[in-house]
Amino acid sequence: MWYRRLVSRLADIGRHRAVTITAVDGERGFRRRLMEMGLIPGTRVTITNVAPLGDPLEIEVRRGRLSIRRLEAAHIRIKR
Amino acid sequence: MSSPSPVGTGVVQRVALCGNPNTGKTTLFNALTGLQARVGNYPGVTVDRRQGRLRGRSDIEIIDVPGTYSLTARSADEQIALDVIVGLDPDLTIADRPALLVVCVDATQLARSTYLVLQAQELGARCIVAMTMTDEAGDAAPDPAALARALGCPVVAVVARTGQGVEALRTAIERGLASPPAAAPVRWQPSPALAQKIATVRAALPANWPASDGLALWALASIGDDELTHISPPLRAAVAAAAPAADDDDEAVLGRWTWLDAHVAPLAERAPDRSFTDRLDRVLLHRALGLAVFAAVMFVLFMSLFAWSEPAIAVVEDLFAWLGGLARRVLPDGLVEDFVVDGVIAGVGSVLVFLPQILLLFFFLGLLEDLGYLSRVAYLMDRIMRSMNLHGRAFVPMLSGFACAVPAIMATRTMERQRDRILTMMVIPLMTCSARLPVYTLIIAALFPSSTFGGLSTQSLLMVGMYVFSIVTSLAAAWILSRTVKPLRAKRLPFVIELPPYRAPRLRDITRMMWSKTSMFLREAGTVILACTIALWALLYFPRALPADAPPYGDLIAAAEARHDDVSAADLERARDQALLEHSFGARMGKAIEPAIEPLGFDWKIGVGIIGAFAAREVFVATMGVIYGAGDDEASLRQRLRDERRPDGSPAYAPLAGLSLMVFFALACQCMSTLAVVKRETGGYRWPLFLLAYMTVLAYGASLLVFQLGTLLGF
Repeated sequence: MWYRRLVSRLADIGRHRAVTITAVDGERGFRRRLMEMGLIPGTRVTITNVAPLGDPLEIEVRRGRLSIRRLEAAHIRIKR
Repeated sequence: MSSPSPVGTGVVQRVALCGNPNTGKTTLFNALTGLQARVGNYPGVTVDRRQGRLRGRSDIEIIDVPGTYSLTARSADEQIALDVIVGLDPDLTIADRPALLVVCVDATQLARSTYLVLQAQELGARCIVAMTMTDEAGDAAPDPAALARALGCPVVAVVARTGQGVEALRTAIERGLASPPAAAPVRWQPSPALAQKIATVRAALPANWPASDGLALWALASIGDDELTHISPPLRAAVAAAAPAADDDDEAVLGRWTWLDAHVAPLAERAPDRSFTDRLDRVLLHRALGLAVFAAVMFVLFMSLFAWSEPAIAVVEDLFAWLGGLARRVLPDGLVEDFVVDGVIAGVGSVLVFLPQILLLFFFLGLLEDLGYLSRVAYLMDRIMRSMNLHGRAFVPMLSGFACAVPAIMATRTMERQRDRILTMMVIPLMTCSARLPVYTLIIAALFPSSTFGGLSTQSLLMVGMYVFSIVTSLAAAWILSRTVKPLRAKRLPFVIELPPYRAPRLRDITRMMWSKTSMFLREAGTVILACTIALWALLYFPRALPADAPPYGDLIAAAEARHDDVSAADLERARDQALLEHSFGARMGKAIEPAIEPLGFDWKIGVGIIGAFAAREVFVATMGVIYGAGDDEASLRQRLRDERRPDGSPAYAPLAGLSLMVFFALACQCMSTLAVVKRETGGYRWPLFLLAYMTVLAYGASLLVFQLGTLLGF
């Protein structure tokens, strides 16, 4: 849908581009888990690698590396 | 439990060791406890419970808490960390609450791993921080004194692999236990609305739980749409009444993170140097190269289990065959001799025969885990495994299942979530393990003509077909089970894995794990396997009576031996064994189930073979050898199978019956060792019984379909 483009999500951006998290969506336990790992609004994130089969994504966040699925990255709203 | 302590009080003080996964917690535990740790199981969940006395202090016990990023929990296995730290284990009393908590904080992931310290302090735990990986952080490592000032608790920098700092940590533990508890520092203030909820929930906490705001907050975040155990109904009701929302979670999580960002994150001045790992990842996670390396690594792992373990297995088998022969010479003929040789010695052999593969698999798992590659396996394979609702880490155990389900099921421990582990355990026994190969070989060679199909031999095509069939069925089973069986349903929790830096493996930790897995297998699964082997032996041995009209085998054999006619003596012995087996309890069971298995194309002889194969699938071949009077001569057994006729003169085993039998063996859980190990790994009878039931129904249904449909189509 055209309006989805108004909100950028972590799953939509390319590699090696630093962006800032604005919000984390999803069901309570799900989003809390992501946020407890440090993926909170205001955090800078970069996608550093994409797995050979296209999923999951390796991200750099708070000087550490994590790997999350595209599906989860789609719950993370970002601004460039 | 309570060994005498040097200080003479006799009271054992507990220290819990917790931390994020991959923070070197296990190495530190090993360094603190030396070699006398005990590995058990947490009740109801498939998580190792490791505890051991602090080296040189028999009055201080260290409990290894499973690695976790947070203490908030939705599932029973996530709840363990909280249970241990706060002392909520229903089997324990409040007095068993650890007096001290050692939290491993990774110097290269300072803020993220310190999050756990904050949660523990909120719960009122007295903490000591062990800052690990300081060697990796190099000069980017934060100053322990600064972190100690910020957190208000002792911080000791340790390098567990070299032992550096372990003495200082020991001293800090001893001093911490002696000093009075300090008040929990306040990091963030809940809003009035949240404070109100905390107060009402706090009032509803069970009387034997410590009444703290931290625990009330934990309950608000964790209870609701959960699978936690031992949560009292009044507490549940209070939490539901307080109606915690995402905003409350945000408040707590953001409150902690704001404090961490302000006070802890600045202590790590620079990002740790990851250039070596990054360079290696450029190859190992590369689209083409990475997958090629992955395939090569998995090939080596598979071949070592499947083929290279063979000499070691042969040594075990030869050893027990030799022992059996020795016992036969020493013991007088008769029941005791047969019991010792075919029951006990063969039974112990059937347990120990698993050791080479278990040791090899855990050597590889330990190596790959230590190197940091196991997380990369999950990363590379997640896309494929996820489509069947399996965890990426299920790949190695499932691959190992092609060699043997027993070590493969033990290897599911590398997954963190109970649900992932059990789902993997439920489908591993469907993989074509090496014990099925002798069965397939016999059936294919006996019943399928060696023709060619499209230039390829039909016999090898059939064998390949059985492998493909097992892959398809196991993946399909994972997909279906994860959608139908409630405890196996996929959760909406995010899949977050860490890709740790590549590290040099530590042989000492690996051998220690190999030993602990092996001894656990021998102790807990081995005894069950031994007992079942003996029971099955008895089933096919007793009542050891021949019908009245049977020829006097004893006299005939003696006569043949007197004539030095070894050939007839051996023939007579085979005929006697055949007759004895035919009248055993097992054969009676086979005959009793014949009506049930007839629609699958099997007769009672196959039924006996199937019963005997429960000891191990390859035993089918030996049982059939005896029942057809062929002994261990496979060529003659094949011929006899081909020549077997029904009363009406038609061949008893058409290729269709052979196919049906192979399908049955592919799908049935014909292996008590597998069941014993699932029972041990899941800590109860529920899952092994479920496994046996679903696979038996599946096998029966599929064989029925194959045989009836095939008959209908005129094969």
